Amino acid sequence: MAIDVEKILRPIDNPIPPFPAKYMMLAGGEEMVIRQVSREDIPDILCHVEPLLHVERDYYDVVAARLISELLAYYRYRVQDEYVLVAQIKGELVAVVNGRLLNKDVGMSYHTVALRRGLRVGAHAFAAKMEYHLDIIGQKEVLIVAESPIGFRRWMIEYGLEKRFNMAHELGGVPSWALTKALFDKARETLVVGRRPVPKHLLEKAQAAILPPTDPPKAPADLLAATRSLYDSTGTALMAQRWKQEGRL
Amino acid sequence: MREVYAVGVGITSFTRLEYPISEIAAYPAMMALKDAGLSKVDHVYVANMGSARLNHQSGLASAVVDTLSLTPAGAEVIENGPASGASAIKTGFMAVASGMHDVVLVTGAERLREVNNLDATDFVATLSHPLAEYIYGVTLPSLAAMFTRLYMQKYGVTERHLAMVAVKNHDNALLNFYAHLHEKITLEGILDSPEAMTNNPFVAEPLRFFDCCPVSDGGASVILTSAEVAKKLKKPMVRLAGVGQATDSHCVHERAEPTDLLAVRGAAAQAFKMAGVTPGDVDVAELHDAFTILEIAESEEVGFFKKGQGHLALERGETRLGGKLPINTSGGLKAKGHPVGATGVGQAHEIILQLRGEAEKRQVKDAKIGFTCNFGGFGNNVVCLVFKRED
Repeated sequence: MAIDVEKILRPIDNPIPPFPAKYMMLAGGEEMVIRQVSREDIPDILCHVEPLLHVERDYYDVVAARLISELLAYYRYRVQDEYVLVAQIKGELVAVVNGRLLNKDVGMSYHTVALRRGLRVGAHAFAAKMEYHLDIIGQKEVLIVAESPIGFRRWMIEYGLEKRFNMAHELGGVPSWALTKALFDKARETLVVGRRPVPKHLLEKAQAAILPPTDPPKAPADLLAATRSLYDSTGTALMAQRWKQEGRL
Repeated sequence: MREVYAVGVGITSFTRLEYPISEIAAYPAMMALKDAGLSKVDHVYVANMGSARLNHQSGLASAVVDTLSLTPAGAEVIENGPASGASAIKTGFMAVASGMHDVVLVTGAERLREVNNLDATDFVATLSHPLAEYIYGVTLPSLAAMFTRLYMQKYGVTERHLAMVAVKNHDNALLNFYAHLHEKITLEGILDSPEAMTNNPFVAEPLRFFDCCPVSDGGASVILTSAEVAKKLKKPMVRLAGVGQATDSHCVHERAEPTDLLAVRGAAAQAFKMAGVTPGDVDVAELHDAFTILEIAESEEVGFFKKGQGHLALERGETRLGGKLPINTSGGLKAKGHPVGATGVGQAHEIILQLRGEAEKRQVKDAKIGFTCNFGGFGNNVVCLVFKRED
């Protein structure tokens, strides 16, 4: 008798309500749509996250490596109860957030990756993720950690998260922090924005294609060339390095 | 007194720089030496406010002069709070004008982001009065907020005017490769939309997030020489024609009229008098907009506009690129960034580029006279400079 191993390995997701898309205006006047994506969309996201593996700045490399594994696991049915939201501006992918349900009452926040830095793109996407867990799915709290100091400031400090240090987070096994419903309600007025329904033209543009980020995070300039050029009396190496960064070479 | 020329400039990006403070000072200096075509200097003045406290590097000038292989040139640090940069330029000016030196390197550097924003804000707040301000929790944003509130009440400046300064300077910074913030912002996005309060929250009411400069690392350098040296270098002849400095009471609340920035007024008047020009002659200016209100207030105090009318000139578009008097073409402290010790040198860097005609997409057409205002403390120690293109 043949055994279908895939049936054993593939988890069966619990039914959860979908995230209703929303939109908001950023400081730059652009309208950003945040919506849920399905498994079929994952390959269109992975290709834009992969380059971040090589950005050794603000832990983008670590976060990208982990996010890719989470997205792949979701795409290939190797994670239980995961969801993925994306933020898009005119179709351009500017943020990816994901998480999963630890159980009926507790959410496990995975990652928040801004592919366009600044203007609270990541912060708005994170707030949408929390809204999904606490308002839409109706959980009591979400377990959160941060790899980068920026994440720590954004989540632990801005939301005033509570410690759940007895709980190891699935991201690295480090002590968890928690956003409770009460904390979220306190932050709602200042940190959580968005309008529904999304105008048809905005939603259609977002759904039509996940376009590549136009200004993705990059590795910092290599100013140590300054040191190396000490041994170059003409300074040519330094100037050449700068010109290369400026795209003049 | 001899005439003094600016013959070389260099700058780093104003951003987060994860390198030793001595290298942040040395990098733009090498660019400036290369720009000037010089390999030796007589003296190095390093403008810096916090390396000993923030970066565990005291004696910064000794580190910088050695990093640059410029020994045995003399070297020292000039610390004058956020006006350290222009103070160092002033000191370099005096060294050349007096005949003591022929070639002086002025390099400003700061690495604030080695510590977190709270510690950086606390560090900058140490420039306030220790017993009458600091111990009560005064920070620069809080002083600026109280100043702004008074200014609004007295002159009719509104949040919209402040936001207009931010939008203008962010637009300018988009044209400056070295600026800290390359972010387009709009009045709708930071003031009018339902999301504006989250996009642009209050930091110290009535000042919002986009009314405040970022905390930046960065370095900038200028080389000053005598006319004799400058003529040999075949660079555009940009003369440091006017230098002025003035002080005011340490405590803001001790000023008879807190909305009057008397040190700005005095420093600017001295600089214009020395240069033999008037505010009306200026083609381009860099003002110390650590907070948006300061661009408006300083534009009045230096004499560009009548007191209480700076915001009206802003409304008319006179201070934007293409206007009658473009202010903060670099993006200003607001968007180019504010690495405190380097800021004044960065302002001079921008003006020198403008007068040379090398400011690329943000070039002010036919700019011949440029002005900088570097604002130390909360207006208690101010240095102003006037540069002239002479050929």
